[in-house]
Amino acid sequence: MSNSVVSPHEGDQDWVPPLPPRPAAIKNPSIESKLATTAVTPLDVQTLSFPDGSRGTFSASDGAQDATGLVPASLASGAATPRRDIVDAEDSMSVMTLAPTMRPAGDIASLLTGDLNRKSPAWNMLRSQSATVLPFEALQRTSASDTLLGFSEEFDSIPAESDSEIEDEDRAMLWKSKLKHYMILSSAGKPIWSRHGDVSLINSYMGVIQTIISFYQDARTPLSGFTAGNTRFVVSTEGPLYFVAISRLGESDSQLRGQLDALYMQILSTLTLPTLRNIFANRPSSDLRKPLQGTERLLSSLADSFTKGSPSALLGALECLKLRKSQRHAINNAFLKQRTANLLYGMIVAGGKLVSVIRPRRHSLHPSDLQLIFNMLFESGGVNSAGGENWIPLCLPAFNNSGYLYMYVSFFDGVSGAQATDPAAAKGESTSDEIAIVLISPDKESFFELKQMRDAVASALAKNGCLALIRAAARAGRPAVADIAPGSQISHFLYKSRANVQFSMSTLDPVFEAPVARRRLMTLYHQLHASVHAKHSPIRVLHAASEEATSLAWVTPVFEFFCVAGPNVSRGAVTQGTNKILQWAKREEERIFIIGGGVF
Amino acid sequence: MEGPGNAAPKPSSSVKLVLLGEAAVGKSSLVLRFVNNDFQENKEPTIGAAFLTQKCNLPTRTIKFEIWDTAGQERFASLAPMYYRNAQAALVVYDLTKPTSLVKAKHWVAELQRQASPGIVIALVGNKLDLTNDGGADAGADAGAAGDDEGAEGEGSGDARKIPTEEAQAYAEEEGLLFFETSAKTGHNVTDVFTAIANAIPETSLKSTRGPGGAAAAVGRGADEQRVNLSGQRDNAAKEGCAC
Ligand SMILES: Nc1nc2c(ncn2[C@@H]2O[C@H](COP(=O)(O)OP(=O)(O)OP(=O)(O)O)[C@@H](O)[C@H]2O)c(=O)[nH]1
Ligand SMILES: [Mg+2]
Repeated sequence: MSNSVVSPHEGDQDWVPPLPPRPAAIKNPSIESKLATTAVTPLDVQTLSFPDGSRGTFSASDGAQDATGLVPASLASGAATPRRDIVDAEDSMSVMTLAPTMRPAGDIASLLTGDLNRKSPAWNMLRSQSATVLPFEALQRTSASDTLLGFSEEFDSIPAESDSEIEDEDRAMLWKSKLKHYMILSSAGKPIWSRHGDVSLINSYMGVIQTIISFYQDARTPLSGFTAGNTRFVVSTEGPLYFVAISRLGESDSQLRGQLDALYMQILSTLTLPTLRNIFANRPSSDLRKPLQGTERLLSSLADSFTKGSPSALLGALECLKLRKSQRHAINNAFLKQRTANLLYGMIVAGGKLVSVIRPRRHSLHPSDLQLIFNMLFESGGVNSAGGENWIPLCLPAFNNSGYLYMYVSFFDGVSGAQATDPAAAKGESTSDEIAIVLISPDKESFFELKQMRDAVASALAKNGCLALIRAAARAGRPAVADIAPGSQISHFLYKSRANVQFSMSTLDPVFEAPVARRRLMTLYHQLHASVHAKHSPIRVLHAASEEATSLAWVTPVFEFFCVAGPNVSRGAVTQGTNKILQWAKREEERIFIIGGGVF
Repeated sequence: MEGPGNAAPKPSSSVKLVLLGEAAVGKSSLVLRFVNNDFQENKEPTIGAAFLTQKCNLPTRTIKFEIWDTAGQERFASLAPMYYRNAQAALVVYDLTKPTSLVKAKHWVAELQRQASPGIVIALVGNKLDLTNDGGADAGADAGAAGDDEGAEGEGSGDARKIPTEEAQAYAEEEGLLFFETSAKTGHNVTDVFTAIANAIPETSLKSTRGPGGAAAAVGRGADEQRVNLSGQRDNAAKEGCAC
């Protein structure tokens, strides 16, 4: 993966593999430029049809599918006409693309095209070695022109204008070097928020963007996105607000739009929709920064988690703390027993993972609302550092975007003291064993009622030993693939249960713990996800192999599964590992997911 | 806050205290210093309000402060009455390097005098004394932090004071407020503020608060304008919701 899309041949030089020279095919500039823009190198793609009726693009020719197995043992080779014209067209299309479907089409095409089963001698040699090459390992050795080269500085702030140490030009350079930008402006062109840079720096950019967007505003097809070089711009309009995402990280339009939507939800959560509308109805040129004061930090931590790569945001699902069914039951019951009259929702959350939920029968919790709450509690670093108990008015827009609810939050003791000195906490990263109890009420006067409930729940959980269980489970962290599927060569997986809107994943430790490695993994997941979720895409299973990684995506009505293995892991091994993980997920379903929760 | 005698059981009573003041003047930092004897260089703004408790030992009795640390940001201002309504004491904080914050503090004092319980004890507190010339000398509770903070804001001579002591003091006397200049960073005067408040609470307004329910009675009922209607039509919002 190289950064230098403009000069693919230069990238070539840096991209010489450690082993013997690759054949001419791989020098093909269009392939190289494709390598530059996507992490999935479409060397080897298979799609299949399945007993459950879902069907891939290329049906298996021999029908040798195992009707009972989770993944057919034999994966038939497909055939596709190389469609490099599309790949080329996409890369040269640097001005703008009006049709919102253009880009996804390109993405799919690129995954399906290409010299199927093309294998360089180097590749084959690599494969014949023991399968210990980890995903992206080869890449890390040759990453001189890697897009992610500057990723470690991605989260550094840009010095303010008042900082005399730095010239304006350098500030602009720093700003441009960011791989990801988010901007929010009013339709009148007033800046509201930008992930990077202060108003003096971004004002002119905002002006340009506003001009471009409003230029298309009256057209039949409003501007939804465009590409410049290797940078994708996506625009979404929500009433009086414009949201813009600018990314070089390779997400699809709909993924970026989902991220913008989360930012909008955060704004609604602060203001409520009627208030937002009122502000602009009275004065279209209103400055929204004042009413949003304090929300910047929440927007920034959302933006940061999208930039780091958030499985939860990608899958639109929540992660739960793995507990035995009986343990979760005991927690739910203790929780339900202490319920007070004004409680709407009650949650126990450990390190950003849901432990227990109680809710009225008529209302379920929406993942996007929970994302806002988890972001506030575990990512933005504001609430727990305050200490004590918190009483926070907030709107949960997916629940009801027109009014405020009141959220009681308290963290269980034992971690708050470490907060100040813990570097992870200082950076706003969630610390894995923070346990919070969250009680939500529509009544703003119910603080002491909920406080009493919390005290009762806390002592009940301490008495029946559940608190210790939660602590231990939180500390144990996510499972390792080796524990779930012993002997499998899969490095990482995501499993989403569609019915429960929850997901489970293996630990990022140690291979994907570092920010860049994690980002590469997440970029690959985003691409797999985009491929199986593209509109009109018949693809339900996608097996992709590149010189960086082998990966598999599989979508059924029940689950979505994504996994990644080293580049020289065979398809059969991936399939086997997948089978084991899926069996595990089925077996452990009631432990890794909250099914139903406590209902009152 | 360590009073001399602490062996014999002393009468204990609770005092409801609210902190008010412009955003970023250091309300949460003062509370953090008082409750945990700690300071955080880049404290995040409070969202909503935080509730904390801390005991204060006086020679004749123990006071248990029940503290509401409110958010200074404008958008939370409408919730303030809920917190000061039943308060027996208030700490109105300004940043003595920021003139607008004293203006805001005066507004809060006026509002308290108009709306809060008649006997409320109000202390006016000018915080961030460490940023002034006369502030750094007192190592206070946190000797480590006091060493190099003089001129930390790059103000040349190191004096960032914008509000003279006399000016704020004169105002406080006029309004009958306790007055302190503090540094949450060095700890200077922080405990003194709370001790002075504890001493200023009239004996008659102290009820013993042993046993449960002391706090629960604190906040009364009130009408709720923007309350979410639970039986609303937005049930369909749940259709995509989490099944849990
Ligand atoms: N130098 C110095 N800085 C302080 C002092 N007290 C607080 N600060 C800093 O001022 C900033 C704001 O402090 P907070 O305690 O969060 O202020 P606040 O009044 O609670 O703010 P809101 O919660 O937004 O209303 C933080 O960066 C603190 O570190 C002080 O005594 N001296
Ligand atoms: Mg505060």
